[in-house]
Order: sequence, then C-alpha cells, then structure tokens
Amino acid sequence: MIVCGTEMPRPRSDEVVRLDDVMRHYLVGDEVVRALDGVSFSMRKGSYWAIMGPSGSGKSTMLNILGCLDRPSSGAYWLNGENVAEMDDNQLSDHRLKNLGFIFQSFHLIPQLTVGENIEVPLLYLGLPHAERRYKAEALAERVGMSHRLRHLPSELSGGQRQRVAVARALANDPAVLLADEPTGNLDSATSVQIMGLFQELYEQGKTVILVTHEPDIAKYAKANIVLKDGRILSLHGEGV
Amino acid sequence: MNQILYLWPFVRLGLSDVWRHKTRSFLTMLGMVFGVGSVIAMLAVGEGASQQALDSIKRLGSQNIMVMSVKPTTEDGGNTGSQRGSLAVYGLLYEDEERIKETVPGVTLTVPARMTRRNARLGERQLEMRVVETNPDWFEVVQRPVLAGRVLGEHDLRMRANVCVLTEHGVRRLLAAEEMIGQRIRIASGVFEVIGIVKNETGGTVRAPDSEADAYIPITTGTQLFGEANIRYSAGGMEGEKVELSQIIVKMADTEAVEPGSKAIEAVLARFHKKRDFRIDVPLTLLREAERTKRTYNIVLGAIAGISLLVGGIGIMNIMLASVTERTKEIGIRRAIGARRSRIVVQFLINTCVLSIGGGIVGLLLGVSIPLLITAFTAMPTVVQPYSLVLAFGISVGIGIVFGLYPALRAASLDPIEALRHE
Ligand SMILES: Nc1ncnc2c1ncn2[C@@H]1O[C@H](COP(=O)(O)OP(=O)(O)OP(=O)(O)O)[C@@H](O)[C@H]1O
Ligand SMILES: [Mg+2]
Repeated sequence: MIVCGTEMPRPRSDEVVRLDDVMRHYLVGDEVVRALDGVSFSMRKGSYWAIMGPSGSGKSTMLNILGCLDRPSSGAYWLNGENVAEMDDNQLSDHRLKNLGFIFQSFHLIPQLTVGENIEVPLLYLGLPHAERRYKAEALAERVGMSHRLRHLPSELSGGQRQRVAVARALANDPAVLLADEPTGNLDSATSVQIMGLFQELYEQGKTVILVTHEPDIAKYAKANIVLKDGRILSLHGEGV
Repeated sequence: MNQILYLWPFVRLGLSDVWRHKTRSFLTMLGMVFGVGSVIAMLAVGEGASQQALDSIKRLGSQNIMVMSVKPTTEDGGNTGSQRGSLAVYGLLYEDEERIKETVPGVTLTVPARMTRRNARLGERQLEMRVVETNPDWFEVVQRPVLAGRVLGEHDLRMRANVCVLTEHGVRRLLAAEEMIGQRIRIASGVFEVIGIVKNETGGTVRAPDSEADAYIPITTGTQLFGEANIRYSAGGMEGEKVELSQIIVKMADTEAVEPGSKAIEAVLARFHKKRDFRIDVPLTLLREAERTKRTYNIVLGAIAGISLLVGGIGIMNIMLASVTERTKEIGIRRAIGARRSRIVVQFLINTCVLSIGGGIVGLLLGVSIPLLITAFTAMPTVVQPYSLVLAFGISVGIGIVFGLYPALRAASLDPIEALRHE
C-alpha cells in the first residue's frame, strides 16, 4: 500500500500499532466534535496497554479506530505494517477477521447461538471446515474454562462466564491485537479479577492487549497506559512505547 | 462444493431462525404457499381445458373445411327456395360439391353427406340414431379406427346395398352383447346388414363430424329409400324439410391451402345461394383461435398468480425488514468480528430464501393436489406440466432473492459501531 506524505515514516517492524497525528471529527449539526484531536503513539508487539481518561475523552473512539471499526478523519494508522486509514470497508473487515479480537463491556454474544457456536463464528468467516471449527472451539472453551458449557445459550450463563466466552471468541482467529472496551464494566470485583487474570495470561503468552477502562484498579494490570483528555494524549508512560 | 459447505451453517441458521419464530414464519410462508400453489393449479386447469379443446379440434382434421347446411332464420326470409306447403327447402346441393371441386384450388377430396335422425331397431331394442348417408370417402376424411368388419366401399354405393357401419357407442346400445357383424337391423323403413364398427371420438367443445350413435349407409341407398325430404308429422299436420346435402367435407392438399380455400368456397357458394343457408367451419381457424384463447387465458392466470406472489413477496420483505431491525445488534457483532458486508447480505438472503422456498415447496404440494382433487370431483381434465413445478420453484427462489435483497442490503449497510450500540 502506497501512502501519502514522505514525512510519515513507516513503522518499525516490532511496532504492531502506530498512530500518526490521528484525528476523528464528528459533524453534529454545524458543530465539529473533535473526539480525537491529533493523537500519535506506537505500541510494541506483546505489550499490554490501558487507555484511560474521563468520560467523553475519546477512549472508545480510539479503540474503534484501533479495532478497524472506524477510520480516522485524517492521519495514518499502521496495523502490522499496513496503513489502515485508507482502506475500504472490505479490507477493514478482513483486518478485523484476521488480526484483531474484540471484547466488549456487554459481552455481545449472539443470543440465539450456543457457547460453542458463538466461538465458532470467526472460524466460520475464516472458512474453516466443520470438524476443525468444532475442535478449535472446544480447545478455546477449555482455555477460558468454559468447556462444560459448550451447548448452553449465553442467557444461561453468568456475566463472568459470558465474558470468558467472549474472550474465547476473540482469541479464535489467533489475533495479533486484543482490544477490550471496559471488559469488566459489567462485572463484580471478584469476577473482574478472574477476567483480568485471563488477560494477564494472554499477555504472558505474547499477545498485544489494549484495554479501555476508567478504573485505576483495572489499569494497574497493564504494563503501560495512555491517558486521554478531550481527544488528546494527556500522558503516556510505561514499557512498550 | 466448498461454497456449499460454507453456506450450510447459514442455511442452518436460517432454518433455526424460521423455527424460532414459528407462527410468524408460518403466516409469512402462507403468502408463498398460496401464490405458488395457485400458479401450478391454475396452469394445470388451464392446460387441461385447452388440451381438451385442441384435441377435439385436431380430431376434426386440420386440413378439412366443413361446409354445412343451416336452416335460414325467419327474419332472413323464412323458407327459402321453392316452397310447397310447409316443406322447407334449403341447403347444399350436389352442384355445390361439384362447383367446389372444380373451382377451388387445392381441393383433394370432397365428401357429401346427408344426416337425418331415424329410429333403428333390433328386435325389442330401439335407438334413435343419426343416419349419415355418405360415400366411402367419409372414412378417408374422418379417420377413425375400424374395430370390426369393414367400412363402406365403392361397390356398396354402386349396388345401393343395404349395409351400414355403426359407431362403437351405437353398437353397444343397440346390439348389446350380440354378435355384431352380420346382424340385420331395421332403420326406418329399411333393413340393413351391419358390415363394420368404427370407434368414435366425440365430445369436447367443438362439433366433430361424428356423433355418439351414428349409422353410416351408402348415400345412394339413402336416396332410394328415404328420398331427400325429411317429413315429420306433428299435431298441426305435416312439417318437413328438404335438404339435398347436410354437409360437405372438403379436404385440402395441406394446411396452408385451408384458409384461402375456405374463402374461395365462401365466394362460390355465396354466388349461388341467395340466402345464407350454409355455414363454413374451419377446424384450423378454430385451432388458431383456441391457441389464441389459451394464450390470453395463460396471461390472465399468470397475472392473477403473479399478484398473489407479489403479495407473498411483500409479506416476506416486511418480515425481513422487521428481522433486520430486531437483529441489528447481531449484525453489529458479526461485522465487528470481521464479516464483510457481502456475507451479511448472503446470510439474510438465505434467510428469506428459506422462507420463500419453504413456502414454495408447500405451495408446490398444494398446487399438485388441487388439480388432482378437481379432476377427481368434477371430471374436469387437468394437466400438471413438469415445467410448472420448475417454474414454481424458480419463482419462489426468485421472490426470496428479489424481496430479500432490500432488507439484506439494509442490514449490510448498517454502521457496525451504531449497530453494536443498538439495544
Ligand atoms: N457518532 C458520534 N457522533 C457524534 N459525536 C460522537 C460520536 N461518537 C462519539 N462522539 C463524541 O466524541 C467524544 C468521545 O466519545 P467516546 O465515546 O470516545 O468517549 P469515551 O471516552 O469512550 O467516554 P465513556 O468513558 O463515557 O465511554 C464525545 O464527546 C462524544 O460525544
Ligand atoms: Mg466509551
């Protein structure tokens, strides 16, 4: 992919994520809302990040861009060495399918599918044959400790269990980057600790983990953090820059 | 194969969706059921009716022109020609046959016939038969299988033989189980030997040259025995009519010659008949008319069926739009996981196709059984043509795709972030 300006350097090979002066503006009536207002940083492969900041500071907006659900209004976003900012919808979809795993605050499991089927969804889109999907889904459920609930519907599970299933689904495509938007926001503190333990494991296994939170307790698990305010980076420190 | 395997989970998803909303799906499918069912049933009924009509017309012979004597209406001048007492004289003459044979191009054969209704009896049994006085060429032009014996021959005509050929139905009713050939039956004042039996195929909407109970006798014998006047005695006195020939069947060289031939015959006859005491039937024209009627009929039926399918399709579209709204969040989830827009489109299209094909299959069964019931209870012929089944299936898939496309495209065009936020 050939990208615009010469002043924009290509990312180093160990940078899994790199943002160069990313802006995201919304036009609401006549007013321009600057949800992200010139954000630049990079994240190394295998790092563990928390994105923090007050409500409305642009955390979700940033995560959506990092997760290829949204495109910057301007600036460059390098994911695995490719500039995602100028890709079309299909290419973004393919990036999500192959390189990214999402975990949401309200789990977002498909209610009419069983646990096993939910975990299989990404594998289905990846075109894996039936037997292989089955096998992988079982292994993933095992990994998050949910193999005894494969044939249950999400509505039959507790919040913590649902989030484990969501983690298993996010891992199904073996993503380079795991993105989590307030993954513990709907969980009690004991369950939150379990889920954070899971993230810790994934980080130790070499995954890049980025989570959005406004709870300092949760942010402590991460090895680096970014604090946003009004769409700008207020502070950025820790290992993995 | 791979593609099919890839689609299968979506088909299953579609099926389970349909199953989850049983009542709703059932009601939605009803539209398709009746649409497809009525297409097949109507085509079967229409085809049955038109095949019956076409068959009976074909039996008249598509190369033939039938010229018939008809009694002129009173407004048309009452009794025409010479009038003696209350004897009506009208109709075709031997001269007409000669004229047709000589002046009309393309004529290969003309067959004169005089038809009267007379009583036939065998011992105790009696039957009113139509007596057709004609010559051997009749059997050339009105081809019917000979079931027993032989048909009239030239020598019967020359000898004015008292012989007759009967139709199957007439035989059954008059002779019953008795040995048929060689029997002597009395027809009016004459005694005739039965020399042959032919199959008859009457019926349908068009008048065939033969009828249920016919007795064919040499025209020479008829003239000698009965004369040309048919006199009935009634309360008011004697009433009769004199018709030299009831009918002339003209056989043309080929079907192309039929239409100009009928015009020429019309012209010839009109010149010599002051009153309109004849009628010309052209089976070929009837055939063409029947085919035209069939086409019109099919168009009307098609339009009606089309409207019911349209209604069914709109019903499906309506449900699918509701389903898209209902499943906005699921769409968002699938998109976030990495499903391309086209895959969302495929998923929803499969969903509609499950509905429309499901309805189509039930409709197909309905459409096949309705004609069977109609035939069983009304004896109306119906023909379910194989193509109509393919058509019905094609239509239901088509309806599924056409009416599913808009909801599917709408589902796919949702912004994933917005869709995820949807509750
Ligand atoms: N679709 C949109 N249209 C207009 N403005 C938007 C849209 N999405 C976000 N914004 C605005 O962008 C800003 C950042 O929103 P964002 O959702 O990223 O905040 P956040 O940091 O995630 O907040 P919270 O902690 O409450 O989730 C807010 O002012 C918000 O109103
Ligand atoms: Mg947010």
